[in-house]
Order: sequence, then C-alpha cells, then structure tokens
Amino acid sequence: MSANAMVLENVQSSDRTWLETLHEWLTTVDHKRLGILYILSALFFLSLGGAEALIIRIQLIHAHNSFVSPQVFNRMFTMHGTTMIFFMVMPVLFGFANYLVPLMIGARDMAFPRLNAFSFWLSFLGGLLLYFSFLGGSGLYGAGNAPDVGWWAYAPLGGRAFSPGHSSDYWTLALLVSGFGSIGTAINIIATIVSMRCPGMKLSRMPLMVWLYLVMSGMVLIAITPLSAAQIMLLIDRYLGGHFFDTQAGGSAVLWMHFFWIFGHPEVYVLVIPAFGFVSEIIPVFSRKPIFGYPVMVAATVAIGLVSTSVWAHHMFTIGMNSYANSFFAITTMAVGVPTGIKIFNWIGTMWGGKIQFKLPMLFCIGFLFQFLIAGLTGILQAAAPFDWQLSLSYFVVAHFHYVIVGGIMFALFGAFYYWYPKISGRMLSEKLGKWHFWLFLIGFHLTFDLMHIPGLLGMPRRIYTYEPGRGWDTLNLLVTIGAFVQAVAILIFVWNLIISYWKGEKAGNDPWDAWTLEWSTSSPPPSYNFATVPVVASRRPLWDLKHPEDPDSRYE
Amino acid sequence: MSAIATPFPESWKLPYRGKVAMAGLIIGEAAIFTIFVVAYLFYVGKSLSGPTPAEVLETPIFFTICLLSSSLTVHLASKALEREKRASFLGMWLSTIVLGGLFLFGTAQEWHRLIYEHGLTVSTNLFGTTYYSLVGLHAFHVTAGLIMLSIVASFGLAGRVGVEQAPRIGVLAVYWHFVDAVWVVVFAVVYVLGR
Repeated sequence: MSANAMVLENVQSSDRTWLETLHEWLTTVDHKRLGILYILSALFFLSLGGAEALIIRIQLIHAHNSFVSPQVFNRMFTMHGTTMIFFMVMPVLFGFANYLVPLMIGARDMAFPRLNAFSFWLSFLGGLLLYFSFLGGSGLYGAGNAPDVGWWAYAPLGGRAFSPGHSSDYWTLALLVSGFGSIGTAINIIATIVSMRCPGMKLSRMPLMVWLYLVMSGMVLIAITPLSAAQIMLLIDRYLGGHFFDTQAGGSAVLWMHFFWIFGHPEVYVLVIPAFGFVSEIIPVFSRKPIFGYPVMVAATVAIGLVSTSVWAHHMFTIGMNSYANSFFAITTMAVGVPTGIKIFNWIGTMWGGKIQFKLPMLFCIGFLFQFLIAGLTGILQAAAPFDWQLSLSYFVVAHFHYVIVGGIMFALFGAFYYWYPKISGRMLSEKLGKWHFWLFLIGFHLTFDLMHIPGLLGMPRRIYTYEPGRGWDTLNLLVTIGAFVQAVAILIFVWNLIISYWKGEKAGNDPWDAWTLEWSTSSPPPSYNFATVPVVASRRPLWDLKHPEDPDSRYE
Repeated sequence: MSAIATPFPESWKLPYRGKVAMAGLIIGEAAIFTIFVVAYLFYVGKSLSGPTPAEVLETPIFFTICLLSSSLTVHLASKALEREKRASFLGMWLSTIVLGGLFLFGTAQEWHRLIYEHGLTVSTNLFGTTYYSLVGLHAFHVTAGLIMLSIVASFGLAGRVGVEQAPRIGVLAVYWHFVDAVWVVVFAVVYVLGR
C-alpha cells in the first residue's frame, strides 16, 4: 500500500503526560478508541463474571458444600448471567463493530461519533450501576444486596413484595441504561453502514461481517426495546404501585415471561450473528479462498434474523401453553436450524479444497464450527416440546446455552482477538501462548460443558445451591468444576498474552495475514483518520485486486 | 486504490445519515410502543375493581385533531424551508408547537379530571396502570418533540435557521410524524377498542 501513500505521518505526538492521555481517552469520540474502550470494559466485566462462575462451581464441587450461603449463591448466578450477557458479550461485540466496521467500509469514522461515545459510557456506567448494588443495594433497611432473582427476574420475584430493598432496582436500571446504549450503538452502526460507505462499496461488495453487523443491529432495535419496555413497566410496578406483573391485582406473571423472552431469544442471535461475522472473515483468509456462497450467506443471515423473532416461547413450554402454541414455537425453532445449517455448510464449502493454514484465528474458528454444530443439535432436541418438558430448568439447558455462548460465540471471539489484535495494536500475539490458550481452553470447555449435560439428564435442576450425595451427580460436578478452573487458567494466559504482546510482540505490519478487506490496507494501528485518501473499491476483495492486478475479482463480479 | 478501480458512476450518493438514524430510532420506538399496546390490550377488562374505561374515558376529539393537524403544519414548515421561505417556515413551525402544546394541555386536563373526579391513578387498578403508562409514554414523546421543536424555533427566531439546515429539520419532522402516527394507534386502542 505504500505506493498509494495511504498512510500519512502519524500526527499524534506521544510525549504527553498521563493526565492528558487519560483526558484524551475519556473524551474521545474516535471510533477506534471507543472500540478499544468497549473491549477493555468487556474484559473487565469478564473477569467479574468469571469470578462469579468460579464461586458457583466451587459451591457445587461436592454435595452439601457450604462454601457460600444459599443467598450468596443466588446473587452469584444472577450476577454471572446478567454480567456476561449485557456487560461482557454485548460490549465486546459492539467494540469490534466500532473498531472494524468503518475501516472495512472505507469510512473515516462512524456516522455519529458523539452518539457513539454517549452509548459506550451508558453501557459501561450501566455495568458499574449493576455492581454498585453490592454496596448500595441494601438501601436504608438492610434488606437485600446484589440482585438475586435470576437473570430473567421472573414475576412476581422482581416485584416489591419479593425483592425488598434496592437490589432489583439496580438490576432494572442497569439493564435499562445499558439497553439505551445498545440501541444508540445499533442505530449508529446501521447509519454508518448505509450512509458512510466509500465509493464503489455497494451493499453486494461489503465484507460479510459488515452485512452481519447490519442484521445484528436491526435485531437489536426490535429485540432490546421490548426488554426496555418491560423494565419500564417493572419500574412503574415497583415505584408507582402499578400492577403490570402483580398477580394479586389481576396482573400476569406470564406476560413478563413473554416480554422477557421476546427480548431473550432474539438476543441469542444478536450475540451469535457477529460471531458468524468473525468466522466468515477468518475462514476464507486462512483457507486462501473467497467465501463460498456470499449471497446465500447474506440471505441466510436475514432469514435467521426474521425467524428468530418468532421462536421466543420455546423458553416457556413448561408454563402450560396450548398445543397450537407449542407446535408453532417448536416448528419455528426447528426452522431456524435451516439457515444456520446453510451457514455451516458454506463455511465448510469455503475450507473445502483450500490451502488451510492452521494459525490461531483459524484454530478457534474450527473449534467454533464443531461446537456450534453440537450446540445447535442440542437446541433442536429441546425444540421438541415433550423433550423440553423433561429437561427444562435442568443442567442440560445450562450446558446447551453455554455450549452456544462459550463454545460458539467465545471461540469465534477469541479467533477475532487473534486475527485483529495485530491491526489494533500493531503487534502479533504470541503464537506459543496462544496455542496454550487454545488447547487448555478447548480441554477445559469440553470437560465442563460436555459433562454438564449428563447431570441435567439425570435430573439435576439448575440454580440449586447444593444437592444430596449419591444421585450420580457427584463425580460429574467435580469434573465440571475442574474444567471451569482449566478454562480460567486459559483465560489468564490469554489476558497475559494481550498484555505482554503489546510490548514484546513481533511487529505486525499493515497486512500480516495477506488478507483482502480494507482494514488491512492502512497502517497498524490505523491513524486517527483511518485512510489518507478515501479508498475506491471495485469488488468484494479490494486488496486482492490491488495485489493481483492481472486477475482482479472485479472481472468476475 | 483508484488505480485499480473500474470506472464507477460519478454519482456515488448514499442516503442522508440523519434520515437513516431516525428510521432506526422509529423502528426501536415502535417496538417499545408495541409492547405497551400489547400490555394494554391484554389487560382490557381484567381489572379487579373500577373505575372502568367505559365509565370514565371521554374521547378527546378536539385535541386529537390538534395533534394530527400539527403533522400537516410541520410538513409545510419543512417544505417551506427547502424553498427558502423562512417567514412561512417560522409561522408553520410555531403553529406546530402551539398545536402540540394544545394536545399536551388536553392530556393534562384529562388526567386531572381522572385523578380528581374519578380517583383513578396508576395504582388504582390494571386499567389505571396500563392507561397512564401507554398515554404517558406517548405524552413523554410529545414533550420530547416539543422541546426539540422549541430549540429549533428559538434558533429560527434568532434568524439562524436557513436552507442548509433543511435536511436536519426534515429529520425532526419525521420524528414528529411518528409521534402523531403513534397517537392514531393509541387513540384506537384506548378510546375505541378498549372501551
């Protein structure tokens, strides 16, 4: 790219006091810095959510353990779920979107930089609000502490009568505030993708990841908002004496479940679609082939987005819906498997016959492929209502959705970290530490979550703080806990790698992976204006065209 | 990069980002209102005690006409600005604010009557909870809109709103149309279906 003088001299000088630097970061509206802030805040909450997971697992390591009290146990699983979904995975995905989407479409920033900063701070301070409940949740009367009503806060548990004090208020407000942040960022991503593309970047030429973020952001608009609406209703109930979810006054507890899951299930796809995006960028580069079936991938994503809005009540088979509703939600849930299956075939089709390079990003993506497939299959099992009647609220369900989120989304995320870290920091992550991270995490993951299915099948309910010995759960729980610690060690190695490689890592250069999308055409890390001259593209792989002027993609598209 | 690009049409024009963002906001807001409307309809007739909608609600026809006609005035205002007719823009813009203000006054009057004459509050029964929430959520959006309209009006009176602001004014007009459209739904649900 040097021939094109894409990169001017970096105008930012580095001789600043730490206070000036801090001020710069706190007031920044640059999409790359906000992206990094999103990612750092996600890692911060990952450590908190991870610690809570370990506390849960230590408590369950053997029967009749008394590591924590039942009350603390309830707080731990509530905070773990809420933290991981709202303050770890969502922010980290928005972080990557912030950093990468403008670079990938040849833009100099997001459409609304200040809205971007506002949304980040809403989301981060929302998380702090949630954790402030540990201190402030007791209120004046010493009732309650951190939220302990489960991450879905089923009515009437969330109401005043069952959640005295302020713990549930912190939960509600944290989700409301960070929800507004998510909506702001989603609007920003959509406006950026629609209105800020560089010349020639038609919709049909956008990198697949950008397409997937477009769909994800659209889903955020219609999935997060019902949660915000339900939180407003809960606040009206708690503060103004309303009766939305107050069964004593004719209100309905089931309505809360509907509202929660109208958010809750599309949310899964909000989280997994960007993961699909990472995989769709990484697999082609490390298979040295363009993505197989680009239009079908786009169509499948849109189809997932649409169908996933009508599957929510499969979380509610056990509440006693009529057989028509059960059949409807069972069928729609199974139907989501079709476009998802198409995607898996397309990724395999991309790898098929390619010159596969088993670099770290690719390793994580291959792990993703296998694990996401299994997660999908256990999901289809539970889509069958009678099967779900047996297993709902058991550890089988817990194992299933952790398979999706850890085995699927987290693996894709780690792939994304190894793939884009060189762009963000200018340094390569250590391959050796990365291999340790990959194999330890893989082993820990399977030890924990493969085995966790079995106590579920044997009837172990979720959210119990202890259990009787001799039900065949003991050894399994011990192994599950050991697996959790193996994963924790792997995460520590990963974080250490992020830190040490920032100073000691090998210099990356602009394009360490010989990739094809626009972010690799600028320097690593990119200058604050991204591109010295706004690029012009003629195909889906502008850098391929540049590197192979004798045989550009634009000839075939 | 330009070296390798095949010639592309000179007119590389993308939609205005403000319009796109407003469309996104409206989709999100529509989803919020949908949930409140669903809750309202779900609880129609389920209150365990009175008063019921049929007993206490009066159809606010005049104030509805006010709000709906403000959609017309805001449209005319933004068209006038595009044609650089600043005086008629200001006139139409201010009448939009007056009409919106009248509507809010109507809501306030209705709430005052319900609270003081019929003793209906948020905590009285399910009707009270859902009614004040849904109508209140809409009134909140009218208020937010009026604040934004007033800010523009104060700039306009200071002579600072010109044709170069027309696209932004257009975005605000779209928001105002949305607020009006929501009222059509709320009106149908609360005063027609729910009674």
